[in-house]
Amino acid sequence: MIAGMTELRHKYLRHHKKFPHVWCSGCGNGIILGAFIRAIERLKLKKDDIVLAAGIGCSGRMPTYVDFNTLHTTHGRALTIATGIKLARPSLFVITVMGDGDATAIGGNHFIHAARRNLDLTAIIINNQIYGMTGGQASPTTPYGAQSTTSIFSNIEHAFSIAELAVAAGASFVARGTVYHAAQLDKLIEKAIRNKGFSVVEIMSNCHVQFGRRNKMADPVTMLNWFKDHAVSRDEGTSMPPDSLHDKFTIGILADEDKPNYIEEYSKIRKRAKRN
Amino acid sequence: MNVILTGEKSKMSHELNGKKLLLQGNEAMAEGAIAAGCRFFAGYPITPASEISERMSYRLPQVDGTFIQMEDEIASLGAVIGASLAGVKSMTATSGPGFSLMQENLGYACMTEVPCVVVNVMRGGPSTGLPTSPAQGDVLQARWGTHGDHPVIVLSVSSVSECFSIIITAFNLSEKYRVPVVVLSDEVVAHSRETFTIPSTDSIEVVDRIVPNVPPEWYKPYEDNSRGVPPMSAMGDGYRHHVTGLVHDTQGFPTEKQDEIEAFIKRQFRKITNGFFEIQITKKLHIEDAEIVVIAYGSVARSARRAVAMARSQGIKAGLIQLVTLFPFPKNTVVNVMRQCKAVIIPEMNMGQMSREVKRVNTGLTEVFKYNRIDGKLITPMEIFEEIQKV
Repeated sequence: MIAGMTELRHKYLRHHKKFPHVWCSGCGNGIILGAFIRAIERLKLKKDDIVLAAGIGCSGRMPTYVDFNTLHTTHGRALTIATGIKLARPSLFVITVMGDGDATAIGGNHFIHAARRNLDLTAIIINNQIYGMTGGQASPTTPYGAQSTTSIFSNIEHAFSIAELAVAAGASFVARGTVYHAAQLDKLIEKAIRNKGFSVVEIMSNCHVQFGRRNKMADPVTMLNWFKDHAVSRDEGTSMPPDSLHDKFTIGILADEDKPNYIEEYSKIRKRAKRN
Repeated sequence: MNVILTGEKSKMSHELNGKKLLLQGNEAMAEGAIAAGCRFFAGYPITPASEISERMSYRLPQVDGTFIQMEDEIASLGAVIGASLAGVKSMTATSGPGFSLMQENLGYACMTEVPCVVVNVMRGGPSTGLPTSPAQGDVLQARWGTHGDHPVIVLSVSSVSECFSIIITAFNLSEKYRVPVVVLSDEVVAHSRETFTIPSTDSIEVVDRIVPNVPPEWYKPYEDNSRGVPPMSAMGDGYRHHVTGLVHDTQGFPTEKQDEIEAFIKRQFRKITNGFFEIQITKKLHIEDAEIVVIAYGSVARSARRAVAMARSQGIKAGLIQLVTLFPFPKNTVVNVMRQCKAVIIPEMNMGQMSREVKRVNTGLTEVFKYNRIDGKLITPMEIFEEIQKV
């Protein structure tokens, strides 16, 4: 039985130091933070063994609030610094939390190469389809036709599908969830951290303040209902007519592949190097 | 003694102490880094620095270290910072275009006080410039390349043996002062081959960062002390704390309080100022009675050494200050020499970058002449000798 949330908050959050937080009321980030610490509790990891690294943006503030080894890095570079930490100390569980702009615009190259390399890192990507902290500018996941402060007439670019991008780039574990499906998030994050390779959990989250407000979803409930109505599980998706899927996205596990991770491979390289 | 040719990689022994090797500057730099305790290298291919990566890629796994080739130079320095935060001495090496990309994370290393060494083997610039030709155009970028007020230590190398020894100094200063240290090499030093005897391990002084000795609940990762350098814990050692590129308080958490901001930034500068005596390294030749003093660094210092010898043989009282440390600029040494000489000449493979520093500290003490070459060719001893004659 998982402990009550109050107990977990006291155990894992820097509750007496760093609150109140900077996020807007109703922000999906809180749901994700909750799912994250519940997943850590299930995994029974020591706080000293966990690293949470973030980039810049609203998601970048999450590490401040948790009582682990925490980092707030440069914009888009969380995975590069996480790579160094993991290689230098493989016993640590190194997790990054990034936003959609952080992970797939400025950090897009690092993201696909981390996936290709299959180093044992976990990337939690909060996709709220907008640059929230800087004031609602269009991001790589802002939908075609949506409004933002840098596409006030209409967004004429097409959105990345982050989870599918991660699968194509070779990540060994890829999942997508939403803040509406909060109970599922716990399990997806837990599985991602357990996976001994590069793991991605894309989480569709609501930024009703910067995205919803300009796109007829100005309150969190409307946005959560949008996620509810547009998310389909993989099984549901295969049984639905293709025409009805054009505005839907898949949630659940998209890839779970067992392949050699970088640390295992590099230990072989060390053995070979010493023989020479 | 057998000379080991570096081409015979498969015959390389893991222990090179005391062996005489025919090495190029880049290779000596890799060996020096390993001798200094470097066990992590992340890099991206670039001429004329790639040999450092190549040598690290087969040397580090031999000594239980880690080499990784990253997707670009931004990622390379990111990984280096991460490894250092986890307690492992780390470095990267690049050239001008890559060094430009590293400026962002160089600032992060300054702000978070993460020890690391960044080698920039200078080539002609700007932009892609002259990939296989030497230059010294990145001197002021090394000092001021990343945004914001920050201290940084910049060293330079002029020979294969200095590539080995100065990279060790770079690691030692980086660990001692918790700052990134930039080592400027250039294409001539990097690709020149010289025989060189690797010193025995016992004769090499290696400095490690100070780690906290208080219980974790008492640890303040950015708390001031007499040296201005707080002890640094490694991630995973039980001293959980927050690391951020935002201006932070003594606990490492973001702050916008004016008194905390000023104290933080001023401590960054104070810790380097406190160490001027050991950080500002120069080498002097025939300075005692010199009337004309050449101030040079990098491969140009080699030419200058020869030019000074030529001038002396002609009865001209010439001397040399070789700047090993470029920043913090060794002002006292230079000013003391300027007080006694009639003129200084600063030959550089750029339009005049260190000569600006020399002119800045010259308060009417002596005459300052610069000699610049920007055509991708090394300044020769004869050219400097002719300048000495002219003056």
